[in-house]
Amino acid sequence: MIEFKLPSLGADMDEGTLLEWKVKPGDAVKKGQVIAIVDTTKAAVDVESWQEGTVAELVTEVGQKMPVGMVMAKLLEPGKTAEQKVGAGGTASAGTPRGIGTTPRRMISPAARKRAQEMGIDLDGIVGSGPQGAVTLEDVAAAVKPAAEKPTDRYAEMRKTIAAAMARSKREIPHYYVAEDIPLALALAWLQDENTRRPLAERLLPAALLLKAVAVALRRYPELNGFWRDGAFVPGSAIHLGVAISLRQGGLIAPALLDADRKPLTTLMQELTDLVKRTRAGSLRSSELGAATVTVTNLGDQGTQTVFGVITPPQVALVGFGRVTERPWIEHGELKALPVVTASLAADHRVSDGHRGALFLRELAELLQHPDELDK
Amino acid sequence: MNESEIRTVVLATLLSIAPEAETDELRSERPLRNQVDLDSMDWLNFLLGLHERLKVDIPEADYRKLVTLDDVVAYLKTKL
Repeated sequence: MIEFKLPSLGADMDEGTLLEWKVKPGDAVKKGQVIAIVDTTKAAVDVESWQEGTVAELVTEVGQKMPVGMVMAKLLEPGKTAEQKVGAGGTASAGTPRGIGTTPRRMISPAARKRAQEMGIDLDGIVGSGPQGAVTLEDVAAAVKPAAEKPTDRYAEMRKTIAAAMARSKREIPHYYVAEDIPLALALAWLQDENTRRPLAERLLPAALLLKAVAVALRRYPELNGFWRDGAFVPGSAIHLGVAISLRQGGLIAPALLDADRKPLTTLMQELTDLVKRTRAGSLRSSELGAATVTVTNLGDQGTQTVFGVITPPQVALVGFGRVTERPWIEHGELKALPVVTASLAADHRVSDGHRGALFLRELAELLQHPDELDK
Repeated sequence: MNESEIRTVVLATLLSIAPEAETDELRSERPLRNQVDLDSMDWLNFLLGLHERLKVDIPEADYRKLVTLDDVVAYLKTKL
């Protein structure tokens, strides 16, 4: 039996409330399939299965608050069928809806049944608190509450989550900061040339180039890509860039662009567009939220020239980009006007030193002088 | 399509990107992006929305002509 646990939904989110099951006992589940929707303080998240198998049991109930790591469901390994399980243990058989034949008839008060019907609530998802587990009117009311209250205090909840993560960061992580001005004349000329050949929907933003350059540069600086856990550094197994995305109603979420160093710019741009759209629409996947090994914040062209970020624990670095502006630039004794971006690095001094951090930014600057090579 | 019809489409597209924008209070002769918080991706999506609704092509070289709401409407008028 495989225990399916609530996966981590990001460094700063340690619990979630089950909103909806997308599977029922007896259903075959593929890797990556969305099996439940879980509400967090920041967003509703599609929780995907990391396992293949058949749903044997749904352990948690709709409306229930779950800490990360809690067993949500039990799955049978592929190849084993639910029928075999029935023979052995006598629980739900394949395809049998819950509550019919397999479990004893539940006691539900008439008032509760009526209210549940009015509110469109599935009584199967409610834990009864009455005698013999009977579902009472209060139980139904309690199940209604979480969803009904959400829209009004979502922002307050998000601020609390951000506050907890950022306060922990500043309390625990000895940050150091380095910054470097990077000329972008070559990169932007290359982009402009690329974009004249692309239809509007496939045009690249400078952000795609900056993100790719960060991911590639991190390959040579593994001490900036990973986590500080239990008093030691644990390197990331891949380069998953958390991208800080501001929400229109305030607050921010940093879902991950997975394996950013290995994707061509067109793919990265499509994924970035999709990620921003889904973040703002509130439909993120669990694999995107828990995965980031480092964060990038890009203030874009409405921002200031420089940003020094606060690291998202347990990550150990944050790369920041300010607004690209035309600035005076001296090269070989000559003064020119060039588009320039200031890149900054905030990093955990327990893991790396300013010297390595500075070398990382120099590497980043060098990579951005060869934009065509980043498109691989 | 006349100018006021184009303006209606432009504002509808803008609202699909920035639902919180108060279009009644927009000064159409002032830079649009200073009045509505649009980052570069919002801007790209805004132009993509105009492209889809009005079937006009907007080359990147023309982006700099599109600063105010009036600019956008006038530009689209020449293209339609």
